[in-house]
Amino acid sequence: MNVPTLTIAGIQEGLRSRQFSAAELASEALKFAAAENPKTNAYLLLSEERAIQAARNVDAALARGEDPGVLAGVPIAVKDVIVTKGLRTTCGSRLLEHFVPPYDATAVERMEKAGALIVGKANCDEFAMGSSNENSAFGPVRNPVAPDRVPGGSSGGSAAVVAQGTAVASLGSDTGGSIRQPASFCGVVGVTPTYGRVSRYGLVAFASSLDHIGPFARNVHDAALLLQVIAGRDARDATSAFAPVPDYRQSMQQDVKGLRIGLPKEYFDGLGDETGLQIRKGIELLRSQGCEVVEVSLPHTQYAIACYYIICTAEASSNLARYDGVRYTTRSANAKTMIDMYRMTRGEAFGAECKRRIMLGTYVLSAGYYDAYYLKAQKVRALIAGDFQRAFEKVDALVTPVSPFPAFKLGEKLDDPIQMYLSDIYTITGDLAGVPCMSVPCGVTREGLPVGMQILTRHFDEPGMFRLAAAFERAGGFSV
Amino acid sequence: MATVAPPLATPEQIAKYEPVIGLEVHVQLGTRTKIFCSCPNEFGAAPNTNVCPVCLGMPGALPVLNKEAVELAMQASLALHCEVRNTSIFARKNYFYPDLPKGYQISQYDRPVAEHGWVEIELADGTKKRIGVTRLHMEDDAGKNTHDGYRDSDSYSYVDLNRCGSPLAEIVSEPDMRSSEEAFQYLTELKLAMQFTGVSNCDMEKGNLRCDANVSVRLKGAEKFGTKAEIKNLNSFRFLRQAIDYEIARQVGVLESGGKVVQETRLYNPDIDETLSMRSKEEAHDYRYFPEPDLVPLQISDEWLARVKAGMTELPAERRKRFVEEYGLREYDAQVLTATRELAEYYEEAARVSGDPKLAANWVTGDLAGMLKAEGKEIEDSRVSAARLGELAGLIAKGELTGKLAKEILPKMWESGDAPRAIMEREGLKAMSDTGEIEKIIEQVIAGNPKQVEQYKGGKTSVIQFFVGQVMKATRGQANPATVTEVLKQKLG
Repeated sequence: MNVPTLTIAGIQEGLRSRQFSAAELASEALKFAAAENPKTNAYLLLSEERAIQAARNVDAALARGEDPGVLAGVPIAVKDVIVTKGLRTTCGSRLLEHFVPPYDATAVERMEKAGALIVGKANCDEFAMGSSNENSAFGPVRNPVAPDRVPGGSSGGSAAVVAQGTAVASLGSDTGGSIRQPASFCGVVGVTPTYGRVSRYGLVAFASSLDHIGPFARNVHDAALLLQVIAGRDARDATSAFAPVPDYRQSMQQDVKGLRIGLPKEYFDGLGDETGLQIRKGIELLRSQGCEVVEVSLPHTQYAIACYYIICTAEASSNLARYDGVRYTTRSANAKTMIDMYRMTRGEAFGAECKRRIMLGTYVLSAGYYDAYYLKAQKVRALIAGDFQRAFEKVDALVTPVSPFPAFKLGEKLDDPIQMYLSDIYTITGDLAGVPCMSVPCGVTREGLPVGMQILTRHFDEPGMFRLAAAFERAGGFSV
Repeated sequence: MATVAPPLATPEQIAKYEPVIGLEVHVQLGTRTKIFCSCPNEFGAAPNTNVCPVCLGMPGALPVLNKEAVELAMQASLALHCEVRNTSIFARKNYFYPDLPKGYQISQYDRPVAEHGWVEIELADGTKKRIGVTRLHMEDDAGKNTHDGYRDSDSYSYVDLNRCGSPLAEIVSEPDMRSSEEAFQYLTELKLAMQFTGVSNCDMEKGNLRCDANVSVRLKGAEKFGTKAEIKNLNSFRFLRQAIDYEIARQVGVLESGGKVVQETRLYNPDIDETLSMRSKEEAHDYRYFPEPDLVPLQISDEWLARVKAGMTELPAERRKRFVEEYGLREYDAQVLTATRELAEYYEEAARVSGDPKLAANWVTGDLAGMLKAEGKEIEDSRVSAARLGELAGLIAKGELTGKLAKEILPKMWESGDAPRAIMEREGLKAMSDTGEIEKIIEQVIAGNPKQVEQYKGGKTSVIQFFVGQVMKATRGQANPATVTEVLKQKLG
């Protein structure tokens, strides 16, 4: 067995034909992860015990002749903003350095029920705030494709482990592009499903109205299969959708002849040469498969960044209030009074980016500013969602770049938050509109840096998105 | 910058001013489980044991709204004559305090569950006044901080989060009250409405009912409201009255000494019967309300509202009216019998069984009330059930018992828990229906009291009461006094 090239289908075949047992696979994958991790720092924790126990359960089920589940034996990493019972969950923050949750996120529960092996917790930007994974309190992650470069963020670890092959798939979270951008930077598939498609129960909140859990995998089929398992109504998340989850495998077998693809013109202005070249090649590939390509407009795109950074910081300032030194883990040792406890704990333990966003968010919600910022941003958000709705009256899917540029060097944008924020320019609109979107590998630059193509479809049209992505993958062969 | 506070105003000074009072009342909804999780909504567990990831505000946990809490809030709204909104929105109220694990309270802000209601109170002169209810909104309760009682209480406070997530309805009144007495009446009526509908048991000692007051004063005849102070910690009906009266005297005192009332939050200290400044307007929190993104808007359809309304218990005022119209009770008795939901229900059962609602009312408000009072018991602890009391009244109504006999039997029912008929049989107590026997006794009484016979015949007819008494004594109260009177009249001719 060659761990770094395994796919879900390959594992199922291997288990069925008794080429290897789930326990063997688990220990092999963990050994490989432990050996590779120093190169990337993608894992913050490896969960040997839990993975091996789950593998034994799979083997026992197979021995009894039972169905061990569609993710049987699949080594999966979980971003460290998703809680895991008994496994430390840090959110990449000093504040939760010693936090061991007493419960599992719904997505984790569903994966394990389907036979998955949770192999470890993936590094990420602190509380999922960042675009390079350099905001982790436990050190940056290196891009497995180019170790002097960032893997993207905030789900940098989740993308890196899949690219590196130390996990077959992983869970990430996306608020403004945190799945798609790192997927693009690392050359893997990353999916942000429709808002409400996957329960957020157990996802540590950054910006609740924008937060999504989604899968990373080496190919479209695996990503779809993982989403299939974690998607669906959860009574513990009031915002989770009741809509039934269709069988994504069926849609991926269909061809794409006659599908109408929209290219939003606002997304192609000022696009970097190298990235633009790859994306245009990708679009030609779709055309060659029988897609009809038309230009569309999403006229409110230019307001997206401002709108996003008002809404996400406002919600973040409230969501992060609970890290106050009273519970969980870290409390400043210097604090002598209640007010000191708050000020010192938060002042000492939060990283710069979290502080910046808490301050921004507190400001935009303040009395006298609420209408001018938060309320206006919500109106703009509705306009942006309206742009998508109108576009989807004309086309079946939108295709855009994921990021204006490929993976940048570690430290390159660290001192320039605005430049960093602009790297999300093509991804935040999908989150604001709540539509499903994904990054699918679309070639590499001359330097060999991966480029991701973004596909967006209507609310709950994950089948349409996977159909297009799978056809693209088959035609181009960019991913495994 | 400590300044000496001006003296409290004299009654003459106060008389020149008109107080303006509004109340903010928190009512704990009597649900089975907490508002956003499935932990039991109950108290008395060891600290931090009646909790789960949701009410602890654990990272990643999410709230899910309890339907029962919504229905109780709907009932409370209807009981206060509010309009229930079809769509209401939960909002986060952000502030830091150790008993607030999420760092925000989930409340409602610009779209509360209900608005525009009223509560009717009766003033001292018997006239009625409607106090406006601005709004009713739902929210979750915080935990409790304990600052003393532990060995290391000088350097640490302890936090118990068991109460976190208990459902509350906050009911805000219009500034319609003009005296502490009106505030007292308003809170009394509000409490009664909540108890009658079963929304809350409103036990103030347990914190099920909490009250803050907004108080200002203005010269009589002035149109503009004065600057208000918010008084917190009014946790009994007595404190409410005392604190408001103190605050009125304080504010008038400030104005009469040429000062200005400052907008602030004050805390009532019942030990010294004063309100003390807690924080000024400048120090007031900016709660940074925004819509709670973890919850979807609360939609209440007309059908749902109608269903809840249909299932509601009658309100005290409606019940009072019905008691008068249907049972022919006096206003006063109807008032007494609707003091609590339990009493009203006890009475109605007794009335139904007795077949004579007026008689049943006399027995509930008379002898039974006396026995309850003697033992310091409430109606729900009565040792005579409503049905048994109804049987007793029914026996009187049918002439099987005299009132006098019934007065003897009721304490025996209280002691033994037996049915009145069983006691009658055991003790041989029953109304004498054999008129021949009654006549014989009457003849004996007449024969034994010639002096009184003469007085009667001489025109002093009131002496008949003496004969009735004698006959009742001789029959051990078993004769029907009406029958006795009639026969006496014939015999004395």
